[in-house]
Amino acid sequence: MAAETSDTSAKAESIVEVRHLSKTYDGRVRALEDINLSFPKGQLTTLLGPSGCGKTTMLKIIAGLLEPSSGEVFVNGKKITGPGPERAFVFQDFALMPWATVLRNAAFGLELRGMAKNERNEIARKYIAEVGLTGFENSYPRELSGGMRQRVGLARALAVNADVLLMDEPFSAVDEQTRRKFQEDMLALMEIEKKTFIFVTHSIEEAVYLSDQVVLLSRLPGKVSEIIKAPKAAGSPDEIRRDKVYLDTVEHIWQTLRKYLEE
Amino acid sequence: MHEWFNKDSIFWRLLSILIFFSAWEIAGRVPISPAFPTFIDTMEGLFRMISDGSFFEKYMITLKPLLVGVFITCFFGITFGVSMGLSDRIDWLGQPVFIVLQAAPVSALIPMITYVYGIGFTSKIIAVCILAMPVVVLNSINAVRNANTSLIEMSRSFQGTRMQEVFKVILPDASPMIFAGLRLGVAGGFVGIVLAELLITPTGIGDLISYHRSVANYAEMYATVLSIILLAAATVRFFERLEVRLFRPEKQGT
Amino acid sequence: MKIFGVKIPMMYSLLIWVVLWEIVGQMEMFLVIPPFSGIVVAIIEMAQAENFHDAASLSLYSFAMGMLISIIVGIPLGLVMGKIPAADRLLGMWVNVFLSAPLSSLVPIIMILFGFGQTTIIVTVFMFAVWIITLDTCAGVKHINPSLLEMGESFGASSWQMYSKILIWAVLPEILAGLRLGLIRGVKGVIIGQLLVALIGMGELLTVYSRGFHMEEFWALILFLFAFALGTSWLISLLERRIEYYAGSRG
Repeated sequence: MAAETSDTSAKAESIVEVRHLSKTYDGRVRALEDINLSFPKGQLTTLLGPSGCGKTTMLKIIAGLLEPSSGEVFVNGKKITGPGPERAFVFQDFALMPWATVLRNAAFGLELRGMAKNERNEIARKYIAEVGLTGFENSYPRELSGGMRQRVGLARALAVNADVLLMDEPFSAVDEQTRRKFQEDMLALMEIEKKTFIFVTHSIEEAVYLSDQVVLLSRLPGKVSEIIKAPKAAGSPDEIRRDKVYLDTVEHIWQTLRKYLEE
Repeated sequence: MHEWFNKDSIFWRLLSILIFFSAWEIAGRVPISPAFPTFIDTMEGLFRMISDGSFFEKYMITLKPLLVGVFITCFFGITFGVSMGLSDRIDWLGQPVFIVLQAAPVSALIPMITYVYGIGFTSKIIAVCILAMPVVVLNSINAVRNANTSLIEMSRSFQGTRMQEVFKVILPDASPMIFAGLRLGVAGGFVGIVLAELLITPTGIGDLISYHRSVANYAEMYATVLSIILLAAATVRFFERLEVRLFRPEKQGT
Repeated sequence: MKIFGVKIPMMYSLLIWVVLWEIVGQMEMFLVIPPFSGIVVAIIEMAQAENFHDAASLSLYSFAMGMLISIIVGIPLGLVMGKIPAADRLLGMWVNVFLSAPLSSLVPIIMILFGFGQTTIIVTVFMFAVWIITLDTCAGVKHINPSLLEMGESFGASSWQMYSKILIWAVLPEILAGLRLGLIRGVKGVIIGQLLVALIGMGELLTVYSRGFHMEEFWALILFLFAFALGTSWLISLLERRIEYYAGSRG
C-alpha cells in the first residue's frame, strides 16, 4: 500500500513550482533562502519546521499576499504576481467576519467576485454541508466553537473552486480532540475534492498523518532541509496512528528537527 | 432575587443615588454655605423653572447648536479620520494636528472665536465642533488602522478590490470603535456647548445659570447645573447602551 | 511617511502647517491669523514680560495644588473602589457621570462657594483631574493578574505588604496612564476656570488680548499653553514607557 502511494506521487505532475525563492525582512532578517520546491498536483504537501523558520512566510508568498525578495512562484506554469482565483487561503485565526453569518462568510469569496446572491448562496450551502455544518447557515461565528469556525473557513476556500488550497496552521487554534476529528474529516474531504493542498504545521504527527509529502525547513534563514515522501497508510484512522511506517516516519522527522533545536 | 445585587442592578444604582442626594440634603441643611441650597430646595427650584416654562425654552435654545455641531462633527470627523486611517500620507499630514488639539486646552480659543464670529449661533457651533472633533477623528483613525489584518489578507487572498476591502471588511470591522469615538465626541460636544453658553453668550442654560445667580436664586441655579450634567451623562450612557446593542455581541468570542 | 526611503516622524508634519500658517499670515487673508514669525517674536517678548510671569506663576501654582489634591484623593479612592466591590458599586456611577459630564458648568457654583480667586481655580483643576485618576487606578486594581495576589498570599504577605509590595507596583502603569490624562484635563481646568472667572492669570490675559485684538500676543499665549500641555503629558509618557518596560511581561 505504501509503495503504491509513493509511486503515484512520483508520476504526478507538479502544479506549484517555487524557484530560487528568498525573502528578507527590512533588509536584515533573512526568513527564506533559495527555496526550490515543486508541489505535485492532487496531493497534500506539508511545510514543517521549527517555529520562525519562515514556513508561513513561504505560504503567504505562494498565496500572493507577500512579495518575495527574489525568486519566482509558478502556478499552472504561470508566474504569479498576486493572489489569484486558482489559489484559496485558509487562515490560522479563521479570518471570519464577526458581523456576517456562516452563509455569508462561506460565500464571501464568491461575493467579492461579484456573483449574484442566490447563485453564491447555493454554492456556499453545498460546501457548508460538505464540511458538516448544515443547520448553522444563519449562525454567527461567535456562536460556533473554534473547530466549527475553521470549518467555515474551509468551506469558504472550497467554494471558490480553486485548484490549490493553502492552509496556514489551520488546526493550531483548535483543541486536541477536535483537531483529531478535523484531521480525519480532512482526509475524507481530500478524497472527494481532489485538490492540491499546501499545509503549514508545526505538528510532526499531523504532518505525517495528512501528507503525501513533507518538506522539512531549517531554522532562520529557512532552507529546505529534507523532502520526505510520507507513505500514507490505508485503514481506519486509529490503525494509521499505530502503523509502523507512520511511527518510523514521525521518529525520523523528530530526529532531524532535533538537530536544529540543539544547535 | 440575587439579580438585585448584581453589579449594575437597579438596587445599587438607587442606593448610590439616594446616598448622594442625602449627603447633599444634609450639607445643605448644615448649611455649609449660604449659597448652598438643600437638595429638596433645588428640586423645588427645578419645578418652578419647569412650570414657568423657562426650563424647556432655554434647553431648546441650548440644544440646537449642540445638535448641529454634533452632526457636523460626525460627518467631517469620520470622513477625515477614515481617510487618514486609509492613507499614510494624509495621516502623516493630518493626525498631529488632531493629537495637538486633543491634548491642548482648546477652550482658550473661544475668546477668539467670539471675536471673529460674534456672539451668535455660528460661534456656538464652532465651539461644539472644536471640542468634539479631535476625539472623533482620532478614534476613526485608530479604528481603521486597527482593522483586523487577517480579514484584510483574507479579502486580498480572494482578489477583493481595494474598494471591496474598504467597504466590505475595513469599515464594518472599524465601526464599533468609530461609534465609540462618536460617543466621546457627544460628550465633548456637551463640554463645548456649556463653554459656549458660559463664555460666548448666555442665551440658553447659561442664561438660567447667570440670571438666577445674579438674583441669588441658588436653588434654580444648582438645578440647572445638575440637569445639564445629568443630561450629558444620560446621553453618553444611552450611546454606550446603543453601542453594546449594535456591536458588542459580535465582538464577543471572535 | 517615507520620503526617498527615509522615514520621517509624524510630528514633523507640523512644520508644514507652520510654513502654511506663515504664508497665510503674510498674505493677510484673515485678521485673526498673523504671520507665524510675528507670533514667535511675541513669544520671546512675552517670556520677558512681567504680567506673563505673574499669570504663569499664578496658574502654575493653582495647577500644581489642584493636581496634588487630585492625586492624594484619586489614587486611594481608586484603590478602595478596586478592592471593595460595594465601594465601586456606590461610587462608580458618579465617577463615570463626572468623567463625561461638562464639568465647566460647575465652575459658576464653585465661584459662588469659593470666591473669585485662586481657590476656585484649584477646586476646578481638582474636579477636572481627579475622576480619570480614580477610574484608571480602579481599573488597574481590577485587572491585576490574580495569580500575583495568590502568590503574595501563599508566601504569607501581610495586608500592608500586599499593598506596598505588590498592589501599588502592579497598578503603577494604570496609575501613570490616569495621571497623564489627569494632567491634560487639569491644564484644561486651569484655563477654563480662569476664563470663566476672567479676572486672574492666563484667563485674564487671554480675555485682554482678544478684546484688545492683540492677535500675536493671543496666539503666543495659546501656543505656550498648548506646548505646556503637550510637554507635561510627554514627560509622563516617558515615565510610563519606563514602567511598562518591566510591566510588559506581566500577565
